[in-house]
Amino acid sequence: MTDAVGREEIVLNMGPHHPSTHGVLRFVVYTDGEIMRKAVPEVGYLHRGIEKLAEQTTYTSFIPYADRINYLEAVFASQAWAMAVERLLGVEVPKRAEVLRVIAAELNRIANHCIALGCVAMDLGAYTPFIYLLRERETINDLFEELCGARLTFNYARVGGVSHDAPDGWLDKVGAFVARFDKVMAELHALISENEILVNRMLGVGVTCAADAVAYGLVGPNLRAAGVDWDLRRDLPYSAYPGLDFAVPVGGRDGRGVAGDCYARWVVREEEMRQSARLIRQALAALPDGPVMGELPKKIKPPKGEVYAAVEGARGELGVYLVSDGSNTPYRAKWRSSSFSAMSMIELISPGLMIADLVAVIATLDTIAPEVDR
Amino acid sequence: MRPDNDIRALVGYIVETWELSPFWADVAAAVVILAVAAVVFLAVMTFAGVLTWAERRVAGRTQSRVGPNRVGPIGFLQWVVDGVKLVLKEDFVPDAADGPLFRLAPYLVILGVFSAMATVPFSQVLIAADLDVGALFIMAITSLVVVGVLMSGWASNNKWALLGGVRSAAQIVSYEVPAALSVMTIVLLAGSLSMQTIIGQQGGWPWEWYIFHSPFTFVLFFVFLASSIAEGNRIPFDLPEAESELVAGYNTEYSGMRWAGFFLGEFANVYVMSAIATTLFFGGWQVPGVAAEEHGDSLLIQGLGLVIFLGKAWVGCFVVLWARWTLPRLRVDQLMGVCYRYFIPIAFACMLGVALYALVVPAGSLPDVAVHLVTMAMGAAAVVVLFRRVGHHARSVGDRISLAEVLQRGQRFEFDPSVQLRRYGAHRRGGARESR
Repeated sequence: MTDAVGREEIVLNMGPHHPSTHGVLRFVVYTDGEIMRKAVPEVGYLHRGIEKLAEQTTYTSFIPYADRINYLEAVFASQAWAMAVERLLGVEVPKRAEVLRVIAAELNRIANHCIALGCVAMDLGAYTPFIYLLRERETINDLFEELCGARLTFNYARVGGVSHDAPDGWLDKVGAFVARFDKVMAELHALISENEILVNRMLGVGVTCAADAVAYGLVGPNLRAAGVDWDLRRDLPYSAYPGLDFAVPVGGRDGRGVAGDCYARWVVREEEMRQSARLIRQALAALPDGPVMGELPKKIKPPKGEVYAAVEGARGELGVYLVSDGSNTPYRAKWRSSSFSAMSMIELISPGLMIADLVAVIATLDTIAPEVDR
Repeated sequence: MRPDNDIRALVGYIVETWELSPFWADVAAAVVILAVAAVVFLAVMTFAGVLTWAERRVAGRTQSRVGPNRVGPIGFLQWVVDGVKLVLKEDFVPDAADGPLFRLAPYLVILGVFSAMATVPFSQVLIAADLDVGALFIMAITSLVVVGVLMSGWASNNKWALLGGVRSAAQIVSYEVPAALSVMTIVLLAGSLSMQTIIGQQGGWPWEWYIFHSPFTFVLFFVFLASSIAEGNRIPFDLPEAESELVAGYNTEYSGMRWAGFFLGEFANVYVMSAIATTLFFGGWQVPGVAAEEHGDSLLIQGLGLVIFLGKAWVGCFVVLWARWTLPRLRVDQLMGVCYRYFIPIAFACMLGVALYALVVPAGSLPDVAVHLVTMAMGAAAVVVLFRRVGHHARSVGDRISLAEVLQRGQRFEFDPSVQLRRYGAHRRGGARESR
């Protein structure tokens, strides 16, 4: 396209092989020099047909697939699936298993936010915070390896409980990690969170107003950053969360950042990591004795019916809608994931931003390719 | 101070000793010039290579990891191996690229950076050409870099490369203004454009350096430092090659030795800029306690001067590496804003300040000495505060990798199966079978 004075619009293909479109995301970016006219997300590069796979696998054997919906928050997807099947079956989950799920989930949330914030810093040019956060995530991976033998796709939740009880001394190690983690957060804060350059790169950039955020179906930290106070752990309580005390950070409330901008998303995630550490500390203290698997029927064939179960994943509401026809495989499974809505939001907020801002927006929205396409 | 201590003196000496005819004198001059050029080129090439190694080691330590440690002691020969690898790679020119320009561009970058070394001293006697217009020559010749970068961006026929090239042109041209203003202020102080004279006007002790001459030069040093980093395309000003935005910027399409040309140019530039900063602000090769005129022919003093100069320059390089691995990157409009709204006015104000200072405070008077000392105390306090802060954070979290342990193991990580088995065993023992 050429305008009246002969200027041409540059069409840039950002991705699928681009350093800051982590995974295989792709944006078609229309720019006037450095300023974007529009950035259109293209989805579908990582479609694996997980929902169709669910129709052909039994209820219990789908759990490893659920882990792969989003490899950075594997605990949540399998937990959502297990919760859905448990509700269909009407199975009671033992208290110890519920608390272990909370510990695993919050550890996973910290690990995910480590990657999220690290990637934001890295995409904005600061490489070192990413490595520091990766170091902490590595400790969490070690803990998970001890807990369930896997470092990435944990396959931890089971229908009716969890796969492994905490091994000897594991809870102490988690406690030690959480104690150390507070210092790490202090270091992160001093190193990068209030760095003049970083703040100026994010402040007021890529603002998602609350109404748009709700309309586009943003969830989790992105939604809270936009000023909407909504957290499934508190507002639709599940698992062992009702007995635990934690705060839900909301963007733009403590004077750091404008509600809905990139910096608010950073601040919300940073605060969520602290709250997760706090939750883990409480869960460790409240961990009851007992079995980690509930009583299950011999054959898992839920009665006809449908159910929706959702957990507050690291990226927000991660839910599964299950329809059972009474056989040993689901009739239909539908996953509701956060990255898809976050991705579609980018087209709305991109006009007028600069190319460098797009990188900040992608990174702070924390979209991840496998979750977009499933 | 012997202003004839450069290539001309050497040629003159040879012509006189061997009583050469005019023709052979020209030949001798050509041979000497080529030889000196080769020595300087190789020296700076080596510095650039060592700097790539240093960068990776510094990055490793900054990031609580080890860094390259396989080739040679503490990985020191890594840069040689990398160089060999890059030379052996295919010299690839994309189909749609403008071939001649594409091939030419890296040479211009290298030429721009390395030519500057002609007037940058190593010590009192080691300097290729102590030009009367040395500072001006450096400002002018380093501008060749922008031509090379822009040319590579255009000739690649790649949109990312083009954006990188255009960013680079805007950035380097803009930041040359505050950099030139800083240099010119020092020239104003020294009363000469010759690098050796500028050094000669300072002294060996810190309070005799130009950086502590007055608060104005102190501020000016930081303007110069930031502008030099910006001209060298390093973080926080590495927009032309911003990896997460422009893939690799202007050198996206380059590979093999031509890519290494840009790379070496960038690293050589770090050394060159540090050497210029050492010359302008940190007293160059001046040995504390020995006046410049008394350096004479003593090999010890001259060697000491060389060591002092290189030491200061390498500390400067370290600061640049340190900044690179600590700071995020500015956005392109912020980059321009910082230059035009802060650096240029500050540089102008400092220039005026230095001139007024020279007018009001007589050199060598009591107030003058007091100002030197107070400025130096300010600088020392800043360094102490910085190191205490860094130390505090390092101690509170600590390293995951213990350097002592690594050194004990001879710098090599070996696979220890028992560790892996222990880990696996721990998980098995605490596994599901037992708990049920």
